[in-house]
Amino acid sequence: MPIKVLVAKPGLDGHDRGAKIVARALRDAGMEVVYTGLHQTPEMIVNAAIQEDVDVVGVSILSGAHMTVFPKIMDLLHEREVDDIVVVAGGVIQENDVPKLRALGVREVFNAEASTQDLIEGIERIVAAHGRDAARRAAQA
Amino acid sequence: MIAHRVQRDLARAISAVENGHTDVRGALAQFAALGHAQRNGARADVIGITGPPGAGKSTLVDRLIEGFRANGETVAVIAVDPSSPFTHGAVLGDRVRMQRHAGDRGVFIRSMASRTAGGGLAPATRDAVRLADAAGFDVVIVETVGVGQVELEIVAVADVIVVVTVPALGDSVQTIKAGLTEIADMFVVNMADRPGANATALDLKHMVREGAREIPVLQTVAQDGTGLPALLDALAAKRGAGDSNAVRAVRFEVVRRARDAAVRAALAALDSDDASAVLDGLRDHTISRNDAVDALLAILGGPAHAH
Repeated sequence: MPIKVLVAKPGLDGHDRGAKIVARALRDAGMEVVYTGLHQTPEMIVNAAIQEDVDVVGVSILSGAHMTVFPKIMDLLHEREVDDIVVVAGGVIQENDVPKLRALGVREVFNAEASTQDLIEGIERIVAAHGRDAARRAAQA
Repeated sequence: MIAHRVQRDLARAISAVENGHTDVRGALAQFAALGHAQRNGARADVIGITGPPGAGKSTLVDRLIEGFRANGETVAVIAVDPSSPFTHGAVLGDRVRMQRHAGDRGVFIRSMASRTAGGGLAPATRDAVRLADAAGFDVVIVETVGVGQVELEIVAVADVIVVVTVPALGDSVQTIKAGLTEIADMFVVNMADRPGANATALDLKHMVREGAREIPVLQTVAQDGTGLPALLDALAAKRGAGDSNAVRAVRFEVVRRARDAAVRAALAALDSDDASAVLDGLRDHTISRNDAVDALLAILGGPAHAH
């Protein structure tokens, strides 16, 4: 069955050309991609991820607000008792913030140099290792 | 309000059915076992929104959510967008127009890729509606993929069908063609601030006047909410008017399931050893295309299928 991905654009950052290119590339790789548009709050992103029951939330952020946005997203997911949705980051993210994001539970950070092929392969790999089906099978066992 | 935990488990139940991990009965039983089932048996009003791509269906759904919420009703939306027949991928973009409701616990929005289905819905849409009903939503809105004239599966799912169109998609002859215009319980000419809206509405009214049922023709501008109170009133009147579409819906669903079963049987038969031998012959030019079709149909179910 196809991998389902939410492509989310938080905050005031008004550029979604990259997010749309990513959505299209993931579609062409056979994934089902939910796109929510610009200016999303962490609350809106988390609610959409839960209602859509996606495998992966990909948060595209170019504005530099990642250290504000990601902690809120991860907190809300824990608060709602959703631990089986993988969160990845993409966009302009300084190298010294990458370990901090990983410590929050963000599984992968794709910087601006990542190709769409890097994204596709990265997402497929992460879902196979940490995706909700793996998590739910473990929870049932 | 529908609790976060119920929303989460509803979403998971829909996935389980969508991905074939369980059937709808299993999913409903599991949902009840979790203590989430508010009721069993259809009680939610199911409103179908269909029409061509770009007509404003999602924006109209956003306005309907607003209207039902103002009335204190909870709303689930199942919005279907097309899957690629080539890669099976999909971009599901209907939420973009509805995101302002994403923080409202009285609203649940689920996008679905149409996957293998060709009738404007996804294979699991009907089951998703039943699950949303069980979760206690008052209204379930089903938005089809952008349709042409023949994608009519919404009749098997919705109690009330709204066909959305826009000005200048064709002359009055389009309104008397078979298909989409036959299933409407009401027509909405959206983007009614554009030239030609009155003419389009008039064409539809003339067509409707010849029929036996009373079918309202309304004009809206979903973008700014113009015409929405009249649409909500028309929907309220239909919702209270009994289930006149039930016979049509059941017939359609029975035919759909029988067809799906036949298609599955045909696909399985094509994987058989006998079929492979025929296909090998086709590749080696020892059998013609027409003879290969006849031979495969014979394998599937005897000569009755060969014509």
